Amino acid sequence: MGKTVLMQGNEACVEGAIAAGMRFYAGYPITPSTEIAEASAVRLPQVSGKFIQMEDEIASIACAIGASTTGVKAMTATSGPGFSLKQENLGYACLAEIPLVVVDVQRSGPSTGLPTSPSQGDVMMARWGTHGDHPMIALSPSSVKETYELAVRCFNLSEKYRTPVIFLMDEIVGHLREGIEIPESVEVINRPEPEAYHAKDLAYHIAEGELVPKMAPFGKGERYNITGLLHDASGFPTNNNQIAGELVTRLMKKIEANYEDIVQVEEAHLEDAEVAIYCFGGTARAAATAMEEARKKGIKCGMFRPITIWPFAERELLPVTRKVKRIVVAEHNYGQMVHEVRRVAGDHCEVKFVGKVDGTVITPQEILQKIEEA
Amino acid sequence: MAAVDMTGVRKKDANVSDLVFKYMRPEHLPHIWCPGCGNGIIMRDVAQAIENLKIDRNNLVVVSGIGCSSRAAGYFDCSTIHTTHGRAIAFATGIKVARPELEVIVITGDGDASAIGGNHLIHAARRNIGLTVIVMNNSIYGMTGGQYSPTTPTGDYGTTAPYGNIDRPFDVALLAAGAGATYAAHATVYHVPQAIKLIQDGIAHKGFSIIEVADVCPTYYGRKNKKGSAVDMMRNQKENFVTAAQAHRTCRSRKPGKRP
Repeated sequence: MGKTVLMQGNEACVEGAIAAGMRFYAGYPITPSTEIAEASAVRLPQVSGKFIQMEDEIASIACAIGASTTGVKAMTATSGPGFSLKQENLGYACLAEIPLVVVDVQRSGPSTGLPTSPSQGDVMMARWGTHGDHPMIALSPSSVKETYELAVRCFNLSEKYRTPVIFLMDEIVGHLREGIEIPESVEVINRPEPEAYHAKDLAYHIAEGELVPKMAPFGKGERYNITGLLHDASGFPTNNNQIAGELVTRLMKKIEANYEDIVQVEEAHLEDAEVAIYCFGGTARAAATAMEEARKKGIKCGMFRPITIWPFAERELLPVTRKVKRIVVAEHNYGQMVHEVRRVAGDHCEVKFVGKVDGTVITPQEILQKIEEA
Repeated sequence: MAAVDMTGVRKKDANVSDLVFKYMRPEHLPHIWCPGCGNGIIMRDVAQAIENLKIDRNNLVVVSGIGCSSRAAGYFDCSTIHTTHGRAIAFATGIKVARPELEVIVITGDGDASAIGGNHLIHAARRNIGLTVIVMNNSIYGMTGGQYSPTTPTGDYGTTAPYGNIDRPFDVALLAAGAGATYAAHATVYHVPQAIKLIQDGIAHKGFSIIEVADVCPTYYGRKNKKGSAVDMMRNQKENFVTAAQAHRTCRSRKPGKRP
């Protein structure tokens, strides 16, 4: 049994990250994610890790990627405006296959928006914010306990697949305080490394039947090249169209082929449900209350909550759309994931939307109202 | 483009420097730079400095950004990382902080270091972090075809300064020194022994060091500004650059055109 402590979501993110092996943090202050930098500044030196406050958001992600090339697990955290600034180097980490965790504690936008107000307006930016075709993994927690657990999972997925993982938190969960039990140990996955050093394998060589390269950390004697240009197995730029196409395709396949391992959802009361609420992150808390209230009123209501936001949990959602009469999508924005839900639902069930862009939270009553609308 | 066969080079041509085999990746040569470009000279200067300091290639990381200069990283046989435009120093900071025992050299250009990456340059200098930054300053954006940069002299021409550059140029080394760099030097591609010594001292220096090397770009800067051939541009460096001591002596009555 671990000890139980009262903790904020942002603090739990740091504790989970450290449990997963994070030993490097580079960041820049921004509300409502600043406590992640503050807690990292306190905690990392205690575990022989490094903390650095960089001059801007772009430098923060660049610095974290640099640290990660030496084999150190690195993280940076930000919120909407900073997340916008990090996009170019996020794509760099995707292409160069450098493990990294980027936390976005979402706040109301666009632009400077309402800095202290909650939102889930960065869902699509998390998927498509950086230019070009690229894979993306994003996880979103609904409680402080889950923030701890998913921070661990973000690192594990990032290491396993050598790809950046976005921890898509929101202000509700980031600033929420709950009692959580800190586990005594967690499962930790480390990035694949070469079976033997100096084996003369090319850095980006992909073994038969595998999709992830086994690159050595910088400084271990494997003198290879990393670039943001499309490259061949040696890590050097190429203009060969076949090699270029194969590289981008493998990056996409690396995530697509491991869908089952990556995608997690939570389902509640869907067995007999006629109405399902689709929700994620902090909004799921209001949705759970709405579901209970609906059940009290005799409405057969269930809940579908993707924990993995990207890749989109369509394999799990598909049977739900074939079973219920209506899905109420509750997300804290003007409507982003609702389009994905509609794509999967097709004509099989009605899809309704409840969202908000005024900085206030979506209430259980507002969701309930949509559930009750005939 | 006619590909040059470098397989013969691996067999040790008497005309090819030993440095190529010791510190470069011959399979990735020849380099992409234009005939007459000074980047290759600076690359050799860096290799010679590494040789003189007996740095273990396994503990060396060369980091670059984007632009003509930044293709240099890939030619060195050590851990090399070609990053995003302007961000090389920020990436390098992460590498150095995570693994202080590694020797980290940043190779960058005037646009990469002082325009898009200017913020990272001054903050790395302020932190006095143990990086060595080599700026290949050719006074122009070469890779994109000759636009004026923050080091293009006032009045000079670029494709985006068709009527002459109205801005004043940065002195990149002095900028870094002003921001707290504990080692800042000017060098030229003509004065090779001096450049090697300055780069060597910069690498050996404990703390942030910057060596701004006045480069020649006959293809764009030279052509746009009627500076003649590569040889003419090198001769210009020979005739117009003075040592810091000379500059100091004459600073009150500095001759126009003379640069320290």
